[in-house]
Amino acid sequence: MSAALTIEGLRVSIGGREVLHGVDLTLEAGRVHGLAGESGSGKTMTGLAVLGLLPHGSESSGRIEFGGRDLLRTPERELDAVRGAKIAMVFQDPSTSLHPMLTVGRQLTEHMRHHLGLGRREARERATGLLAKVRIPGPEEALKRYPHQFSGGMRQRIAIAVALACEPEVLIADEPTTALDVTVQAGILRLLRGLCDDLGLAVLLVTHDLGVMSAVADEVSVMKDGLVVETGARGQVLREPRHPYTRSLLDALPVPPGENSP
Amino acid sequence: MTMPLTGPLLSVEDLVVEHRTPGRPVVRAVAGASLRVAAGEVVGLVGESGCGKSTLARAVCGLHGTASGRILVGGHPVTPLGLRRRDRALTGVQMVFQDPYSSLNPRRRVGAQIADGLRTAGDTATQPADLLERVGLPRAFADRFPHEFSGGQRQRVAIARALAARPSLLIGDEPISALDASAQAQVARLMRDLAVESGAGLLFISHDLSVVRLIADRIAVMYLGKVVETGPTAEVWADPRHPYTRALLAAIPSPDGAGVLPAELPGDVPDPADPPAGCRFHPRCPLAMDVCREREPDFGPVACWLHAPEPPASS
Ligand SMILES: Nc1ncnc2c1ncn2[C@@H]1O[C@H](COP(=O)(O)OP(=O)(O)OP(=O)(O)O)[C@@H](O)[C@H]1O
Ligand SMILES: Nc1ncnc2c1ncn2[C@@H]1O[C@H](COP(=O)(O)OP(=O)(O)O)[C@@H](O)[C@H]1O
Ligand code: SF4
Ligand SMILES: [Mg+2]
Ligand SMILES: [Mg+2]
Repeated sequence: MSAALTIEGLRVSIGGREVLHGVDLTLEAGRVHGLAGESGSGKTMTGLAVLGLLPHGSESSGRIEFGGRDLLRTPERELDAVRGAKIAMVFQDPSTSLHPMLTVGRQLTEHMRHHLGLGRREARERATGLLAKVRIPGPEEALKRYPHQFSGGMRQRIAIAVALACEPEVLIADEPTTALDVTVQAGILRLLRGLCDDLGLAVLLVTHDLGVMSAVADEVSVMKDGLVVETGARGQVLREPRHPYTRSLLDALPVPPGENSP
Repeated sequence: MTMPLTGPLLSVEDLVVEHRTPGRPVVRAVAGASLRVAAGEVVGLVGESGCGKSTLARAVCGLHGTASGRILVGGHPVTPLGLRRRDRALTGVQMVFQDPYSSLNPRRRVGAQIADGLRTAGDTATQPADLLERVGLPRAFADRFPHEFSGGQRQRVAIARALAARPSLLIGDEPISALDASAQAQVARLMRDLAVESGAGLLFISHDLSVVRLIADRIAVMYLGKVVETGPTAEVWADPRHPYTRALLAAIPSPDGAGVLPAELPGDVPDPADPPAGCRFHPRCPLAMDVCREREPDFGPVACWLHAPEPPASS
């Protein structure tokens, strides 16, 4: 399997303070790469750097290789064709990804018309198909509704549909299920896994929930203080962690001592 | 456990709470829920988003009127906060919210806000810094403003402020969901320890079952406005009986590294303005029978026809 996206020695400073100190990560097509670590360890900044969406006044160095070029050295204008189209992002709060005042149909089709140059009819047909793929009931009808008219889990499915609209190769999902109920989370995790398997998407799944990680990730990386301290196959990292920090994350899991999960 | 002779500290009996918005159908967010919390006991209230957990908590605090049923705190009925002084039953109830900004004033130093709580309790001996110390923060933090803390620290401050008023009942509504995993476990344990230590009861509301399991003595599972199963946490965990409780537990992914996708519960929580007839869970229940579509299982501790105290008349 070839690398879909490679991050090498990524350093990011915001306002003169370095928050990423040389991050290395490789995403592969058809694989889910889980990124764990405590809040503030730099998971979100890593995702934003890939999309060129770092906060104003940030400086970055290192390499982010995608489609034969280094995204950190790609002119802003060319980057626009990559961002949101070839590489898409889903956030923790679906309202960050969705515009409250626009119908779901408009948000899906505008993207496709802008990036893929599709006509109105064609875009609408594809949009209906996408909503069906993320299992929104009555997709045709759903196109006319606004985000607030859906439940939280459905909004996150719609946000994923919007992210998939332009057939991206890489999907960065930053805590996509943290705000959701476990029952709804289960559906989203199955959806992400299916998309990865069926469409060959490379997924970077940021989550602090090691159960979620264990359910869907193929590879797992663990971040601490702006550095990846451990990377490996899911089973190895979660069962035989090599780094003491990973061990401490597993030990901190809220399971009463002396008991096993059901 | 210091249980008063008068019965449980909090007793919610067949409570109905409605939200009324002009021009829209009445939303019966709590539809006949019953619940008890004893002094020194921690009860975890769990259920999917929109099932009525926060509405129930707000009614218990007198922040929302009730349509029918009863709420007793220390044997005294709770009446909603009106123009009159705070209800006598309510002076002993304190609530900690998910977003500490809704319980802390961003423009006042946290020490001053904790001092307000101490005044409510008529406590002249305790210093605000003493309470910060109890929640594991440095004494000097009393001079800081809420924005000068991390999320986890701010949540500790909110707990310190609530404890200052010496509550007999502490209610936490998703008090930890904004924190990361290790901070969540720490703060949840802290709430448990402080409540139990002071002999208060704790009603801990969360959609995170793994944390509830960690700290609750008993668990109450809510679905669409009703408590559908209650029992000791370990028992419910080892042997969930209501099909909804089973679905909830099966949806928790286990961090065992095995790559097993959690089971999905089909369908969304139905609209509480138009609940299904019979058992409210029947459209999503894999075990639904004919009786489930017709008659509501209106009993405890497991509100399900498969667990009826007496078998239903055949239909
Ligand atoms: N002020 C309100 N006006 C009208 N309906 C409301 C109001 N507040 C809540 N509701 C409705 O009442 C029901 C129960 O809401 P509640 O906030 O109690 O749920 P919850 O269990 O706390 O959910 P969550 O886990 O998302 O916090 C929902 O259907 C909700 O949409
Ligand atoms: N907009 C911002 N301005 C300045 N610093 C920031 C900003 N966002 C995040 N940081 C800092 O960058 C570091 C990494 O943060 P982040 O990537 O958000 O962590 P995570 O996603 O792992 O919780 C932290 O020290 C955080 O305080
Ligand atoms: S009463 Fe019937 S529908 Fe309801 S949970 Fe029990 S078996 Fe399922
Ligand atoms: Mg983040
Ligand atoms: Mg709530």
